[in-house]
Amino acid sequence: MGAPLVLLLVLFLVYPVGQLLLLSVYGDNGFTLAPYRQLFASSVYLDVLLITLKISLATTLVCVVAGYPIAYLISVVGKERKATLLFWVLLSFWTSFLVRAFAWIVLLGRNGVINKTLISLGIISSPASLLYNFGSVLVGMVNALLPLAVLTMLSVMENIDRTLPRAAATLGARPGMAFWKIYFPLSLPGVAAAGIMVFVTAIGFFIVPALLGGRRETMITQLIIDQVQQTMNWGFAGAISVLLLVVVLVVFAAYDRLLGLSTMTGASAPRNAAPSRLSGPVQKAGDALLALLGAISDRILLLLPSRRRDRNPDQAGMGLQAFVWTMLLIISAPTILMIPLSFGTGGLNWPPQGFTLHWYETVLNSPLWTQAVLRSLLVGIGTGVLAMLIGTPAAFLLVRSEIPGKAAWLAFILSPIVVPRMIIAVGLFYVFAQMGLVGSAVGLVLGHTVVAVPYVVMTMMAVLRNYDTRLDHAAQSLGARPFATLRYVTFPILGAGMMSSFLFAFATSFDELTIALFATGGLNATLPKQFWDEVTLQVSPAIAAVSTCLFVFMGLLIFVAERLRRRAAAR
Amino acid sequence: MVSSSLRIHELCKHYGDFVALAPTSLDVAKGEFLTLLGPSGSGKTTMLSLIAGLAHPDAGRILIDDTDVTHSPAYARDIGVVFQNYALFPHMTIEDNIAFPLKMRKVADAEARRRTAEALETVHLPHVAKRYPRELSGGQQQRIALARCIVYRPAIILMDEPLGALDKKLRDQMQLEIKRIHRELGTTIVYVTHDQEEAMTMSDRICLMNAGAIEQLGTPQDLYFRPRSVFVADFLGESNLLSATVRGVDGQGLDIVLTAQAAASRAVGNGSRFAAGEPIKVMVRPQNLVVAEAGGGQLSGRIMDVMISGSLTRLYIAPETAGLPQLVAAHPTRSGSAPYEIGQRLSLGWHAADAVAIHDGGI
Repeated sequence: MGAPLVLLLVLFLVYPVGQLLLLSVYGDNGFTLAPYRQLFASSVYLDVLLITLKISLATTLVCVVAGYPIAYLISVVGKERKATLLFWVLLSFWTSFLVRAFAWIVLLGRNGVINKTLISLGIISSPASLLYNFGSVLVGMVNALLPLAVLTMLSVMENIDRTLPRAAATLGARPGMAFWKIYFPLSLPGVAAAGIMVFVTAIGFFIVPALLGGRRETMITQLIIDQVQQTMNWGFAGAISVLLLVVVLVVFAAYDRLLGLSTMTGASAPRNAAPSRLSGPVQKAGDALLALLGAISDRILLLLPSRRRDRNPDQAGMGLQAFVWTMLLIISAPTILMIPLSFGTGGLNWPPQGFTLHWYETVLNSPLWTQAVLRSLLVGIGTGVLAMLIGTPAAFLLVRSEIPGKAAWLAFILSPIVVPRMIIAVGLFYVFAQMGLVGSAVGLVLGHTVVAVPYVVMTMMAVLRNYDTRLDHAAQSLGARPFATLRYVTFPILGAGMMSSFLFAFATSFDELTIALFATGGLNATLPKQFWDEVTLQVSPAIAAVSTCLFVFMGLLIFVAERLRRRAAAR
Repeated sequence: MVSSSLRIHELCKHYGDFVALAPTSLDVAKGEFLTLLGPSGSGKTTMLSLIAGLAHPDAGRILIDDTDVTHSPAYARDIGVVFQNYALFPHMTIEDNIAFPLKMRKVADAEARRRTAEALETVHLPHVAKRYPRELSGGQQQRIALARCIVYRPAIILMDEPLGALDKKLRDQMQLEIKRIHRELGTTIVYVTHDQEEAMTMSDRICLMNAGAIEQLGTPQDLYFRPRSVFVADFLGESNLLSATVRGVDGQGLDIVLTAQAAASRAVGNGSRFAAGEPIKVMVRPQNLVVAEAGGGQLSGRIMDVMISGSLTRLYIAPETAGLPQLVAAHPTRSGSAPYEIGQRLSLGWHAADAVAIHDGGI
């Protein structure tokens, strides 16, 4: 059952990436280390690597620190408010990276909201240059990856038993101590998972630094793009890829050594979490640190006026709520502010002026855009179907049967998430060129399926783990043959889960730029590629119109997916 | 009487329109084992949360050893809670779990270690100190939760259906264990359960709750033999309830007339006042319903069903008099006695001392 998936990954992940890595040491004249000599000849490339690491680390830090309170609040509030909070996180999560980055260009521009507001308040007299520096890149990166950090931490926090902090209180722990000694250590696997997910994604990012950064914020993946698109220097692109891959693998190895990779798949709830592999002294130090943090927080809480007497001990504080809503506003506002601009006649200058549908007409009348939309839909649906067909049986196999080396298989299946997307994309470009698949829808579907299938497998595994197999046994005892059991019992119950993993795969493909960047162009471009070509050429209100459409489309998609999920949960 | 260690005065709690606890007062004596018994939604868990400081009352006061703790946070009250799911900290060893409350109280390390070992001794699990909670069985986790509670000698220990997740045999064993620890330590215990048998076996007093208020408070014997209401009679053990009218009241008991039969008979009161002419229910426990071959007795009926549940044999009997509910008679199972047959006719009777008059609550 897992054979198609293994075949797919071998052909379109292992082989292309292997080819690319091989190209770095095997040129036209046989074995060579020339690309590596070039890489280390000057400090240029190492500087880029250092900048990449610096930006990624800063992004990770901000995302985890700012995301923690958001995830915490979502995990403790009631059902209704949870749905509201989650909607905003998901909306941001699913809004295209391109749209969000573009929105920041508009927002931070010379005539953007921030400059205009500051000037009208009399704080500054002439527009400040807020774009193309470290700060704008960091803002864009955090906006891009904060939702990922929140969702990753949330998955762990939701499994933390709410009675544990209460138990700590009855045992004499003040709120600060209960948080730092009990809740925080239990949420750490989530923090670590969020940290590594954000860091690894950030390292492979090029959209934000390319759109929001200046020369000094060039990141390593941008170098690879340059090598492939401008100089066609495969050997050197391969060498940079090796460097990037090594960094990522070192990070994962360190993570595994400290915490164990199994914490990432969510398979182990905190209750079953293996004791941390941190050795004695480190753990003791950590313990003491947490106790200290607890004591300090309690001191601070004591200083506050004790007006909280009538407060429900479970209710979140006003400060926390204010912080969370501010953060959600910051990550959602740029995209929303772009909507009025897309109907305005004043270009992208704030405040919007007049009302026109001109920009929407421009887009609709442009064959480039309409072709791109059609192609993206086609490729997205193709990817969704293929990923489901290949991923679901593999998920069944991994959950239902005892196969030797399960952990290794899982790691292999999840590897497309770990390997930086750029490396896969360049490798695929090279292999597709040999196979004549460049620019074809088939090639795109195959490439997108490689990166979407791990999400399908993970979602389906989670769904299957929650599925009560006794229902199947009951159906069989009532006379249903295996196929009838699947048709009448298993699939109807798993339907919502399958639908949501299909949507996940679809959305992944619909927003995929890296693979499409090399594999498509002109009239066979996908929507993100067309967006990218336009936005790197000029910043026009037509793009704001496209962004608005994408934003609304994603909002609807989440709404539908959420309704499906609730209907399934209500059963 | 010893000064009460827990005093609850007019405590009440609403959740929106729902009255979780109507104004309620309750005194628990030092060293007493008091059980809050009742169906789900009766307010027993609300009461426990209020005492523990895990929820905040709308009005009323809570005093522990004469100190007002109504507005104290949970960590500042001298109480221990054994949670339904044990709430052991999964990331700490058993030892660290038990030492946690001592650490919070800044007990010196050596002393904490000594007392932790002692608590583990008390629950007979000294060998699991270095393990993690998930490595223990349900029964063992239960004991550790208990150990974590007794280690800091709180004035009161609250237990929220602590045995709910255990199987019958283990539950019986743990009941004895908890009783033993209660005896040895002399701690005040407030115990919540919906299991009436558990409440009967363990408690000094039972506080039976219904719909957010106390239905009856007393010793297990009080509640079982002198129920104040039909609800109490029904909730604690099986009972046969027959409608009747009071004819007269004297020093020894009541003259009554069974509604369905119009024959005079006697009953004893349940401690409350009755007036002549008042409609009442008469309760006869199954083991006090005397069955004999047909002829004689107050009533006659036919056997509908026979159930032998180990030590007891239960007979389900349909009275021949119209207007009477199905009755249950129980007596110790004896081997060799003549087997009962379904449809067999029997006469039924009871001693006047076993017929308890209860105000008719309209059930």
